[in-house]
Amino acid sequence: MDQNKIKVEKARWAQSDPGLAKLSPRHTDWGDPVESLYTPADVQEQDYLEQLGFPGEHPFARGVYPSMYLGRPWTVRQYSGYDSPKDTNARFRYLLEQGQTGLSVAFDLPTQIGYDSDHPMSAGEVGKVGVPVDTLEDMEVIFEGLPLDKLSTSMTINAPSAIMLAMYVSIGKKQGLEPKVLRGTLQNDVLKEYTVRGTYIFPPKPSIRLVTDIFAYCSNNAPRFNTINVAGYHMREAGCSAVQEIAFAFSNAIAYIEAGLEAGLDIDKFAPRISWIFNTNNKIFEEVAKYRAARRIWAEMLRDRFGAKDPRSCMLRFHTQTSGASLTAQQPLNNVVRVAYQTLAAVLAGAQSIAACSYDEALSLPTEESVRTSLRTQQILREETGVTDTIDPMGGSYYLEALTNQLYARIKELMAEVQEMGGAVEAIEKGFVQKEIERRAYDIQKEVELGEQVVVGVNKYAIEEDEQEVLVESNPQAEQDQIQRLQALKSRRSQDKVDGALAALKQNAQGDGALMPVIIAAVEAYASLGEICGVLREVFGEYQPVRTI
Amino acid sequence: MSKRIRVLAAKPGLDGHDRGIKVVCAGLKDAGMEVIYTGLRQTPEAIVAAAMQEDVDVIALSTLSGAHNQHLPRVAQLLREKDAAHILLVAGGIVPPKDRVALREKGVKEIFGPGTTMTEIAEFIRNNVSLS
Repeated sequence: MDQNKIKVEKARWAQSDPGLAKLSPRHTDWGDPVESLYTPADVQEQDYLEQLGFPGEHPFARGVYPSMYLGRPWTVRQYSGYDSPKDTNARFRYLLEQGQTGLSVAFDLPTQIGYDSDHPMSAGEVGKVGVPVDTLEDMEVIFEGLPLDKLSTSMTINAPSAIMLAMYVSIGKKQGLEPKVLRGTLQNDVLKEYTVRGTYIFPPKPSIRLVTDIFAYCSNNAPRFNTINVAGYHMREAGCSAVQEIAFAFSNAIAYIEAGLEAGLDIDKFAPRISWIFNTNNKIFEEVAKYRAARRIWAEMLRDRFGAKDPRSCMLRFHTQTSGASLTAQQPLNNVVRVAYQTLAAVLAGAQSIAACSYDEALSLPTEESVRTSLRTQQILREETGVTDTIDPMGGSYYLEALTNQLYARIKELMAEVQEMGGAVEAIEKGFVQKEIERRAYDIQKEVELGEQVVVGVNKYAIEEDEQEVLVESNPQAEQDQIQRLQALKSRRSQDKVDGALAALKQNAQGDGALMPVIIAAVEAYASLGEICGVLREVFGEYQPVRTI
Repeated sequence: MSKRIRVLAAKPGLDGHDRGIKVVCAGLKDAGMEVIYTGLRQTPEAIVAAAMQEDVDVIALSTLSGAHNQHLPRVAQLLREKDAAHILLVAGGIVPPKDRVALREKGVKEIFGPGTTMTEIAEFIRNNVSLS
């Protein structure tokens, strides 16, 4: 095909209709112009075998597995956990009965920040945004009757990841299971806590030590556990663009990989267990292109920069959640539609695991009906729409391929900028990442207020509506009950054992001994999360945030 | 010339969602106010102490974790105890309607929910602030 002839013909066509010439410019989420029409001339430079290849083969742009959904559908993994360990156990049983295939635990804020439920800072927060876990006993209740060898469990926990992994391993033991059969994922991505998510505890250096300690423990003992779930999701929720989401998340991952290599680990021993959580937002084509470009960049970087030989090290396997920030409190049923389109984009992009938000999330904890609707959204896509009948079904669209190439270039540019600053930790300590995200969040808000960016039901097609009264409320007794459980446990356990285990932990933390074995011993002595984090706070110190405002 | 309105913005409790408060800080600055942001994990005591020290006219709290009934009334109570009830106390975030009524009775002047514009917040502050 003569590419020049196509360009000439396109120019002629563009003049053929007066309406086309008058169009106001449209832009991608990251600010590049969008053409009115894409043709083969826009992808003429693309080398199919080099840049896209085949699913399951380098550079994995079209998917990480050879058969993709034809072999196995994505994992349906809704995020849940609230009030108390017992209620959480009941919700998990319900979700599994309804056909969910993986669990995802939401922890409350005190747990995520390493405070026990009876700590003064925990007042009012216990059981609010997830389940409280003070000791191994709480995890025993959460997983009661759930055989861990039949499940995969994702845990949204970062700074105290090592403690939660230790508890999971201990429950496995009580069920007669060796760590090597356990499957699951820790979020364990502390760097994004400094920039957007806010549940940091320790400064970057010891935090990254904990991360590499988990890499080392799992590669020897629990090889089926995903040791880290590097997150673009929260940065996107905080306002960044699709380009920034991938570039900042990849920059954070580079910092973890470099630390792992420095600790003497073999890249192919830990890189295959790095997993991801990204945000699937409203712009369907851009989102699909984002994941295709990201898979290629990751594969090339792992092979060429870090010398990975195992193809699994180069595979960008990701979980995605639809965007909570795109949902509106106004006309909440509209959110069902937003979630469905975003979930469609995730499926078209070849996600390994998907959480679809609930339509009432902007109001309160989701109801059983709204959670079921999210689950059904995924099941309808999987079983009724035919979008899984062939792999990477949008591949070959001129527009999609042009976007994929453009994102590939833009993401690499921004990654290079971060590397020039000295890497992710330096970029965060300088406040660069935070300021970039803050600036864009402010720009979006201004655009929404000026009506330049439409939010249906909010700045366009708004109606008078009664405020919805909240249907699900957290149990006001939950906090007191949890504190009583903790105190009862503390009076039952052997204090000598706890003291001994905490002393051993302190010794290893002060030196450079492995941390996972001593944390497992502390957990099994029923030392609390707050006590274990307390020892680490004493040795490691606490992170002091960078001021950007 | 009128005095510039001074605002202390803060995140009480453990909630880390700060996109909203940071956007509001930028918006209020653009609206001509002076804004001091405390950052995350502030206790009511620390918030009120900072407000007195900075001699602010407004305290703007952001809360999305569901712990509003714990922290917001406590800030209002401390302001009264310190004879600082003239400071305008407002909040933003996910607060159910029923709780909003109760919080207003306890001294939180207004609670801005999702979808509120920066312009609306700035206007509310201008109309309700008492400048010392």
